[in-house]
Amino acid sequence: MSNTPTSGHGTGESGHGSPHRLDTITRYTANDRTNHWLTAIAFVLAALSGLALFHPALFGLSSLFGGGPWTRILHPFIGLFMVAAFTFLVSRFWSHNYMQPRDWQWMRQIRDVVVNREDRLPEVGRYNAGQKLLFWVLLLCLAGLLLSGIVIWRAYFAFYFPIDVVRIASILHAVCAFVLICSILVHIYAGIWVKGSVHAMTRGTVTPGWAWKHHRAWYREMIHAANSRSRPD
Amino acid sequence: MALQSLDIIRRSATTLPEPEIRTGGQTVAKLIDTTKCIGCKACQVACMEWNDLRDEIGTNIGAYQNPHDLSASSWTLMRFSEVENTKGDLEWLIRKDGCMHCQDPGCLKACPSPGAIVQYANGIVDFHEENCIGCGYCITGCPFNVPRISKKDHKAYKCTLCSDRVSVGLEPACIKACPTGALVFGTKEDMKLHAAERVVDLKSRGFENAGLYDPPGVGGTHVMYVLHHADQPELYNDLPKDPHISPTVRLWKGFTKPLGLAVMAMTAVVGFFHFIRVGPNETDAGDEESAREMARTSTSPAPVAEKAP
Repeated sequence: MSNTPTSGHGTGESGHGSPHRLDTITRYTANDRTNHWLTAIAFVLAALSGLALFHPALFGLSSLFGGGPWTRILHPFIGLFMVAAFTFLVSRFWSHNYMQPRDWQWMRQIRDVVVNREDRLPEVGRYNAGQKLLFWVLLLCLAGLLLSGIVIWRAYFAFYFPIDVVRIASILHAVCAFVLICSILVHIYAGIWVKGSVHAMTRGTVTPGWAWKHHRAWYREMIHAANSRSRPD
Repeated sequence: MALQSLDIIRRSATTLPEPEIRTGGQTVAKLIDTTKCIGCKACQVACMEWNDLRDEIGTNIGAYQNPHDLSASSWTLMRFSEVENTKGDLEWLIRKDGCMHCQDPGCLKACPSPGAIVQYANGIVDFHEENCIGCGYCITGCPFNVPRISKKDHKAYKCTLCSDRVSVGLEPACIKACPTGALVFGTKEDMKLHAAERVVDLKSRGFENAGLYDPPGVGGTHVMYVLHHADQPELYNDLPKDPHISPTVRLWKGFTKPLGLAVMAMTAVVGFFHFIRVGPNETDAGDEESAREMARTSTSPAPVAEKAP
């Protein structure tokens, strides 16, 4: 999938046809948003049910799912749903998440990032280096959770595997979940921190100023696409 | 009931002490003398009878062992091994398998459900199935491959060392039934003394490696064996030579849990205070103006698309 704006992430209705009136920019289509939030809901449920079994202090979370046995029954199915939903997100956003040289520079200037000095940073494409890194970390974690989760799924699969493999899978599952939960906490906070991001993922659009400030290289592409469309030849 | 017994020294998935005021007594042990066992399976029958368990009728696999493995309904089992010794003679080694009631129980360490597994002050490790969620972590934690999850109710089961009988001063059902005195039950100290006498006797009869199996890797066990070949426990149907809770399980269930929880909580706290100290990253009218300016002045050479490395 190229980064050329199409119906998926082109200009908004009001800006259509004129580069001078890019009033809103569509960042996520209704399908993108639905896919994201299905994944997010599944993550929250999988995390809460998983944390119930992660530490005794959190076992009370199992009450949210109808008690311990129901938590044990539901958790793997919720996990499978999350992986399925996430797979669609991955196929949709894979090509936007290759690390570029400017992304490594962005990473080196992480201090400027956290103090809101974006003016000092290199231009950012559709996603910044942090978002790209998150993407790959999530992908690794979900793959790890899926594979280890199957191995420790006692009702259907665990008895196919030698005990040492089950033991390693148990710890791998916990480590992947730990990294995933920490990463998602950062992801959620980034959405709260960078104003306009939540709107992008709930209503689908961002303002040109938002795109210019946070994703300037992507904004250039949007302008170019709009210009191309207004001068079809 | 478990907690009313006031003698719980360990309880699964529990971070504070349990009712354990009544913990002054001695620990108990079952001693299984493999050198006296004739493989009659009276203990298996007694276990079925007392616990009122009926396993499914299995198939003959060409060996005396029946059923051929422990199950949710078969909590003890004679395991038969035919071993050729150094003199070229056949030795028929019979081992009564079942829960070893470890002093440091791997099942209890692994269990995520509060109170599904307890250890009494007398050393008995007991499953409380009403609290069991059926995850099978006890299987992952056990160094002896003992717990079994029932296909019927998805609860974990194993030998209770007849905790119900022992709590009222009776010996376990299997002990009661053994016709040769291969099974004896008493305080752990007495059982060790008895075993020591047996070892002396066996050595005088030519079994120079006879000894007691009370593996220190799991803190000792409350089910112990007298073996003719204590130097080679693996001869007895793979009885582990140096059982211990797997380091993987220790790591999985050890300091990593509170540490992981703390780091997750800290991640959220750091985010919160970043917001308090640095504040949100907002776009203002100036950014919108700059954006319009760029759109106006753009003669738009095709921007370089992001490429795969």
